[in-house]
Amino acid sequence: MSEEANMPLWEVFIRPRVGLHHKHVGSLHAADSTMALQAARDVYTRREEGDSIWVVASKDIYASDPSQAAENFDPASDKVYRHPSFYDIPDEVGHM
Amino acid sequence: MYSQGLIGADSNIVEDQAFLDAFQQRIDAEEKIEPNDPMPQAYRNTLIRMIGQHAHSEIVGMLPEGNWITRAPSLRRKVALLAKVQDEGGHGLYLYSAAETLGVSREQMTEELLSGKAKYSSIFNYPTPSWADIGTIGWLVDGAAIMNQVPLCRCSYGPYARAMIRVCKEESFHQRQGYELVKTLCEGTAEQKAMAQDSLNRWWWPSLMMFGPSDTDSQHSDQSMKWKIKRFTNDALRQKFVDATIPQAELIGLHVPDKDLKWNENKNDGKGGYDFGEIDWDEFWRVVKGHGLMNKDRIKARKKAWDDGAWVREAAQAFAKKNVAA
Repeated sequence: MSEEANMPLWEVFIRPRVGLHHKHVGSLHAADSTMALQAARDVYTRREEGDSIWVVASKDIYASDPSQAAENFDPASDKVYRHPSFYDIPDEVGHM
Repeated sequence: MYSQGLIGADSNIVEDQAFLDAFQQRIDAEEKIEPNDPMPQAYRNTLIRMIGQHAHSEIVGMLPEGNWITRAPSLRRKVALLAKVQDEGGHGLYLYSAAETLGVSREQMTEELLSGKAKYSSIFNYPTPSWADIGTIGWLVDGAAIMNQVPLCRCSYGPYARAMIRVCKEESFHQRQGYELVKTLCEGTAEQKAMAQDSLNRWWWPSLMMFGPSDTDSQHSDQSMKWKIKRFTNDALRQKFVDATIPQAELIGLHVPDKDLKWNENKNDGKGGYDFGEIDWDEFWRVVKGHGLMNKDRIKARKKAWDDGAWVREAAQAFAKKNVAA
């Protein structure tokens, strides 16, 4: 089975219903986007899991490097002043 | 989601003690391991073997039941069986996808199944000569599978755990429709009840074998537990299955074919449980090594499906290529 014969890999995103985000649910192999959408419908929506499907060729997805997760995401952890609870407001003000 | 470009990116990692300790620390902290994370090669290999076997079992598992779709006795039974077999195809696909995140290709896994190199659950090498077998498979085989799979939803490897959550959610109906089918036979004529009992007689021991070798003989158990790939030992899960299933059999008037079966109030830390007879491990290993009744048929059927589908795969690829060029 040559490289040539391999079907490309697609990532599948399903939207549970109108008003929500599409969410990644898994992947599958298909020759093209039409076939990928049909296969995604059969594999991932047998029980009314959604009303809309996106498929994206896996090779077109760029991911952040997990070994740099600390550099990327830790700086946000000491910036408590970005959250509303950091600020002191008198109780009398009520909900703000 | 993962980028294929990064797969195998950790192949240059030196697995020194510091690396292994840091990895174990993540596992102990109940952190999930994701596809591109550094991991010991042995962890990767264990998962590829385990998820691959699991995927193959789902795919081969479609065969003994598919056998009965056209002969289902009512529309209600037929739609249930069709949906169940379709689910199993889907489960195989979720699992192949999860295995692929570890850097093994679908083609390689297919090749290993067809060449007989890869294993699948030995249960599917038993034949389904009667309609009652369809009920028994749902009740016992899917019941045993659920027992195994529920703890796998907490497996340390993220993609496997997520696939298992979907599988477990869908599989509950498989067991219930099976039990309902067997129960219906038990409420029927004497002949129908005998058919159900005969089916239980044939499937009981192979179902217990589904949990794998006893803990004392299992070569993979210890390390898999330490890495939290598995959460319970084979024997612990087998015991849970026996304890859950005996009352279900009694309720519909069936007898489990084990003369050593006995309630033991001291088992399970004093909560009580069943003592049961010795499993015929020679039979287990014979079937695992390819000498069960249906091993050759199953692989032949998979090979035929793969070969007969070749022109479809080629046509789809050619059509896609033509559209890109146009």
